[in-house]
Amino acid sequence: MIKTAKKAGRKAGAPLLLIAPSLILVGIFVYGLIGANFKTSLSDVHTAGQATGQAPAGTVWLDNYFDLLGSEAFQHSLKNLFLYTGVFLGGTMLMGFLWAWLLERPMKGEGIFRSVYLFPMAVSFVASGVVWRWLLNSNQDQSATGLNRLFQMIGLDFLQNNWWNNVDYGITAIAIPAIWQLSGYVMALFLAGFRGIPDELREAARVDGATTWQLYRHVLFPQLSPIALSALIIIGHMSLKSFDLIMSISKPANYQTKVPAVDMYVFKSSFDYANAAAVGSILLVLVALVVVPYLVRTNRKEK
Amino acid sequence: MRFNRRTNAVVAGAVIAGLTLAACGGDSDDGGDGGGGGSAAEVEVFTWWAAGSEKAGLDALVNVFEEQHPETKFVNGAVAGGAGSAAKDLLQSRLQANDPPDTFQAHAGMELLDYINAGQLQDVSLLYDAFDLREAFPADLIERLTHDGKIYSIPSNIHRANVVWANPAVLEENGIDPDKTYADLDEWFADLDVLQEAGVTPLSVATAWTQVHLLETILLSTLGADAYTGLWEGETDWNGPEVTEALENFEQAMSYTNGDRDGLDWPEATQMVIDGNAAFNVMGDWAVAAFEEQGKELGTDFTAFPVPGTDGVFDFLADSFTLPEGAPHPDGARNWLETVGSLEGQTAFNKAKGSIPARVDADPAEFSAYQQTAIESFGQDTIVSSLAHGAAAPVAVLNAVSDATSKFTAGASDIGTFQSELASAAAATS
Repeated sequence: MIKTAKKAGRKAGAPLLLIAPSLILVGIFVYGLIGANFKTSLSDVHTAGQATGQAPAGTVWLDNYFDLLGSEAFQHSLKNLFLYTGVFLGGTMLMGFLWAWLLERPMKGEGIFRSVYLFPMAVSFVASGVVWRWLLNSNQDQSATGLNRLFQMIGLDFLQNNWWNNVDYGITAIAIPAIWQLSGYVMALFLAGFRGIPDELREAARVDGATTWQLYRHVLFPQLSPIALSALIIIGHMSLKSFDLIMSISKPANYQTKVPAVDMYVFKSSFDYANAAAVGSILLVLVALVVVPYLVRTNRKEK
Repeated sequence: MRFNRRTNAVVAGAVIAGLTLAACGGDSDDGGDGGGGGSAAEVEVFTWWAAGSEKAGLDALVNVFEEQHPETKFVNGAVAGGAGSAAKDLLQSRLQANDPPDTFQAHAGMELLDYINAGQLQDVSLLYDAFDLREAFPADLIERLTHDGKIYSIPSNIHRANVVWANPAVLEENGIDPDKTYADLDEWFADLDVLQEAGVTPLSVATAWTQVHLLETILLSTLGADAYTGLWEGETDWNGPEVTEALENFEQAMSYTNGDRDGLDWPEATQMVIDGNAAFNVMGDWAVAAFEEQGKELGTDFTAFPVPGTDGVFDFLADSFTLPEGAPHPDGARNWLETVGSLEGQTAFNKAKGSIPARVDADPAEFSAYQQTAIESFGQDTIVSSLAHGAAAPVAVLNAVSDATSKFTAGASDIGTFQSELASAAAATS
């Protein structure tokens, strides 16, 4: 008895010891700090003086959240975020699937195309943001540069527009570089999905006399749906946290391109720690709404 | 074997723990206060002067410092990036963590208010007496720097914000006399109309902060110096009709500007004037460096004059150095501040940076043509504080004003909304 208990303890001991450092670090630096952030968001620390204890600070519970969600400026940021996420998700899924579908049949030079499509992902958002800021220049007609100039050169003048400087939909222009960068990644996911479908299934469908559409609709798409879900989750949570790309194309004060992450930055630089923390918590909840159901689902499946 | 495996695990665990701890400890650099030596042994000077004329200025200042105070070692704490925003972010967290540099660069004036209220800055009034700075700086300036009877920083240099830069060639091409002077905004707007019709960009501007910069000079022009200062001291009503008139002028001025403004920063907007793609640009006098670097000469290739309606007013901003509470080397910082305030320090620094000394006893002959005119104006004009550069209002007010301005110029609000948003932004001061 004693011997086996000792053995079991020893068995658990080594792995526990191995994961302990990361467990402790994650506990402090992730969950501890989330807790600290949430606590700040419940306080009325809106000035530098309160943050250092020079002025009295109190707890206002959820007031900061109500104020933020009720303010026109923050609603504008949220609207921008959802618009951006919608276009970003739709664009990457569509382009990624299309490329994967094209590359799925055996063809010459597949490796080259795959690399070409995947490469933009290797560029940092900040670097590509600078280039896209030039491409998405809002000048038109005589002074046009970037994409607007390109449209003129190929005779598509009517396509010229002011890109991200449109007050209502400007943010969706910033989704274009984001789509450009991450479609290749979604393609890689889908390609792996296609390759994972055994040939026997296709053959069986053909033998049963399925048309190409029926083959995709009833055999391939169902097999790809877990991949599509993973892609949605990964791109979706990246989109909700978007900050660097927007900051390097636009500027934090620009009304057209405000999103919650930018608000958080501006609040923080104004020494308004409580509101910055509240925006952070709202973003965390938004991302959790996307990620947690997914984790629960995968967990259940693995069991 | 079993024994072996266990030791392996322990070793692995220890290695992992060690690695992670080492990684965490990575950025607590500079090994604390350094062993031995008094508090004058060194001074860490935190700035965002890491490139270009700013770095040249800092280097010149350090040369003077090393002559005046050979006993104190200069430690450069410059942080590059984002026109100072990267440095300000880092400074904010260092002060918050009670790890202040010995002295840091900040815009003089209300931008310091947050640090003052947070108890992070020491009053340096006594140093003003010790270094005889009260006579050396203009009385107007000392008044602008004083908050509740105390002064928290020593200015190293002065910039002027209310300057129009013009390309005389563009003006001549369109039948406008380049030597013409404008008494008020309306006269200026009349010429801007001419340029607009000729298909030239009359006035170039860049992203939100430069629009706030333009707004402030138009407020100054429309309201006059006293009422403008009253905006920040609570005597002028933000909701009043004069402000409405100023905002209408601002709206008109913005109608002359380039469409891609929100994606540009000031050098690109100024470059439009240098290249002849725009006729005018309103920018602070650091823009003179951009013209001079490209071999342009004041008077022939470009002209500069106060924003119409602000002649005789000097809209100032200044870089300055502070004495943070709890800094490791207060005596080193004191030595640094002495050099910053000294005539030799200010002359060397400003010759290299292109700004002008805060001291009135500097010899104008040592400076460039533009600087000489600025020195002359600084000596005799009414001095008011710049909003866009932290002299007039604390950071939170400036951020709120920038947001409201961007919303207005992007076309998402009308003058009424804009004015009420500005009023509530300014009301947050106290």
